Amino acid sequence: MTLALQASGITKRFPGVLANDQVDFDLAKGEIHALLGENGAGKSTLVNILYGLYQPDEGQVAINGQPTRVASPHDAIAQGIGMVHQHFMLVPPLTVVENIILGYESVTRGTKMFGQMSVLDRRTAAQHIRALSQQYGLEIDPDAYVRDLPVGAQQRVEIVKALYRQADILILDEPTAVLTPQEADDLFVIMRGLAQQGKSIIFITHKLREVFAVADRISVMRAGRMVGSAKPADATSESLAAMMVGRDVILQIDKAEAHPGQPVLRVENLSVMDDRHHVMVNGVSFEVCAGEILGVAGVQGNGQTELAEALTGLRRVADGKISILDHDVTHATPRQITEASVAHVPEDRQKHGLVLTFPVRDNLVLCSYYRTPYAHGVEIDYSRIEQTAADLIHTFDVRTPGMATAVGSLSGGNQQKVIVARELARPVKLVIASQPTRGLDVGSIEFIHQRIVQARDRGAAVLLISAELDEILSLSDRIAVMYKGRILDTLDAKSATRQICGMLMAGVVQY
Amino acid sequence: MSTTTARSIVKDIQVSGLRGRWWVTALFGVLLLVAVWMLLNLVIGGKCGADCVQGTLAQTLRVATPIAFAAFCGVLCERAGVVNIGIEGQMLMAAMAGYAVNLFAFQALKDSIGIEAAGNLSRWLAVLAGILSALILAALHAVVSIEFKTNQIISGTVINILSVGITGFLYRQFLAENLPPGPGTFPIAPIPVLSQIPVIGPILFQQKPLTYLMLILAFAIHYVLYYTPWGLRTRAVGEHPRAADTLGINVYRIRYINVLVGGLVAGLGGAWFTLEAVDVFNPLMTNGLGFIGLAAMIFGKWNPFGALLGALIFGLGNSITSTVSIFRPDIPSQLPQMLPYLLTIIVLTGVVGRATPPAADGEPYEK
Ligand SMILES: Nc1ncnc2c1ncn2[C@@H]1O[C@H](COP(=O)(O)OP(=O)(O)OP(=O)(O)O)[C@@H](O)[C@H]1O
Ligand SMILES: [Mg+2]
Repeated sequence: MTLALQASGITKRFPGVLANDQVDFDLAKGEIHALLGENGAGKSTLVNILYGLYQPDEGQVAINGQPTRVASPHDAIAQGIGMVHQHFMLVPPLTVVENIILGYESVTRGTKMFGQMSVLDRRTAAQHIRALSQQYGLEIDPDAYVRDLPVGAQQRVEIVKALYRQADILILDEPTAVLTPQEADDLFVIMRGLAQQGKSIIFITHKLREVFAVADRISVMRAGRMVGSAKPADATSESLAAMMVGRDVILQIDKAEAHPGQPVLRVENLSVMDDRHHVMVNGVSFEVCAGEILGVAGVQGNGQTELAEALTGLRRVADGKISILDHDVTHATPRQITEASVAHVPEDRQKHGLVLTFPVRDNLVLCSYYRTPYAHGVEIDYSRIEQTAADLIHTFDVRTPGMATAVGSLSGGNQQKVIVARELARPVKLVIASQPTRGLDVGSIEFIHQRIVQARDRGAAVLLISAELDEILSLSDRIAVMYKGRILDTLDAKSATRQICGMLMAGVVQY
Repeated sequence: MSTTTARSIVKDIQVSGLRGRWWVTALFGVLLLVAVWMLLNLVIGGKCGADCVQGTLAQTLRVATPIAFAAFCGVLCERAGVVNIGIEGQMLMAAMAGYAVNLFAFQALKDSIGIEAAGNLSRWLAVLAGILSALILAALHAVVSIEFKTNQIISGTVINILSVGITGFLYRQFLAENLPPGPGTFPIAPIPVLSQIPVIGPILFQQKPLTYLMLILAFAIHYVLYYTPWGLRTRAVGEHPRAADTLGINVYRIRYINVLVGGLVAGLGGAWFTLEAVDVFNPLMTNGLGFIGLAAMIFGKWNPFGALLGALIFGLGNSITSTVSIFRPDIPSQLPQMLPYLLTIIVLTGVVGRATPPAADGEPYEK
């Protein structure tokens, strides 16, 4: 068996962190090799090194048995490595064709001698892309603008982008984090097809279900080191979780019976439009009471995003009424809503949840820095902020070199923990959480789920919006299923099953 | 010109409020021009007939030239993600360099090769000098803002102040008095055959060389931006440099070259002042046209033909002002002069449509 790729003794240091510590990793031809590990374990760092985005401090890489140096993405592409990044690398105002050919342009014959001033041949490129998408079952429209595409389609564009460059080794860094379970399953079919046609795939994920569904081999990283490797047949969810976190993890959450109190959030006939003036939430009414968790299930793109944005004051309400504790907040600003004791974990952590260039410390007090105890008049009391920050970093186990580190340089999952820490540590009456555990490792998910249940038990009303049906089923007391902007049905969690929810999510009402 | 090209050009100049079929936009533009003409006649008592329309439009194109050059420079830089507000300074420097070289090269050459030939040669040498001087300032901007990642607005401001200082000093030292006679500005260069076309000929094809160059440049930049690998990379780098980087594109190199080529274009704009407009150099003679060029760029939504249209509207405002002041000396000239600026404010405040700059515009790229 020849190895498509072999990395040995890779070490990478960032200021204050040893992100990779003598890591050995290999990938056989035609193999799907899953890479698991806690948030901040160093998975992205390792694959970024393989793709030439970072230079290792120590260690060697060999491709197809030949020792080599990957000095830049350019090098990586030339040696047949393609990568789909954890945060998409697409240019929204350009078309799919333009995004795919960028940096690897096909030009009209006869103008080649003009180099970069020659004429782009979009038609041939589009044909080639259609052929690729047929060969591997990746459905995309070459002429669409990327900004108009849902995330699932953007994901496919990213994969075709790598294939277009004739990549034989594909690195997929958490490709399923933003996909629905259905979309993820589609992706696995594609990955299987790719592997059968000889491509080798490195697949990073936090979801154990997915590892069993698609991987040929599993490697686990912890704190920068490779701690173990297994075949899916020899492993169980529990054993993998324990290997990742270094202790036993409770995959099923234990929670007491809910004791719902007074309604906290009341939504009446709410309608909301998206930026393109399509009605995304269509006359929705519901209540969330103190001490209960209402889960909103649904395939992404059925209005959940707009619903959350309207509730938190980030999007204009077209029609209807929102009240929190009997105060009308339909047209309130985000700050007014925050001050009405509402916590918000936004869906897009980088866009709405954090100021990426600010230190962790400042991000932890973004909703309260202007009030006592953090501010006296116009002056900010940094020692208080630092106390709070140190506390939160400890309690929520945020892996960061220090509180002064820019939040943007944390690993994806740790960025998420910063938001959750900020929002759930405050005394709040209502928690609005959209995809609160997206991109988190099992240990952190367990922890955040516990915090959400604790918030409920302290008497907060919780609105949990998630595309993860398992998350909804294990946490919620009641479940509302959204489909095409409407709530099709609200179920009691005790009587709800995967099948019933799945049918409702697909728009089927009779069962 | 094929219809696809025509369509892509008109798409270029469509402000988003007028999005739709390209010929609807074109029709709308013509109607607007007719309306302006009728309004003008209302003001000056119907004295603007065919000749006056022709004259006004030819003048429009003349005045639009430096504004368009400035706007093109802006398009090149900002599409790659570098804000350049130093265009004004680059043009001022080029205006002076052009003037000085024109004068002194002529003195040096006229005895050896004759007055006629010396005039021609020195004017082109002067254009070259203008380009070079602007290029040096552009290189400064590039090094400071791309290499050292300084705030680009500050770097641009420094260039503007620097160039006011340098040109003011050199003017007082060498160019204020006791000047030998120079060769003057470029003569009008009618294009054979085309300049004989009625109406269009005198407007478009009886101009001076830099004006023709400006028109050609609009096509060239449009072509480069939308039809070549270089243009695709430039647009990607201005929108999402990291994405470009992960595809093996050298972000810094693209930005450098665009800013330098922009400097070259700004140099042509500066040369216009002393080699096409008037045969003198005055301190501060660019008079804010570099900034107006940036407004034209925004008006044109960072597209070359859109920017050209913006420049033409400012040019039209200017030429209407002169027409009005000829026929109605009693109206204060400041009133009609406000027109294009008012229009810009209306456009920029979003009545016609919001202008979104390239997403990474003005942000230094950190690897
Ligand atoms: N560019 C950087 N500068 C400084 N530190 C970094 C940088 N990139 C990563 N790190 C640090 O290196 C460590 C490993 O991060 P990495 O992104 O590889 O984690 P990960 O395993 O991909 O985690 P996640 O599952 O959360 O994405 C983290 O502690 C992170 O803070
Ligand atoms: Mg990662």
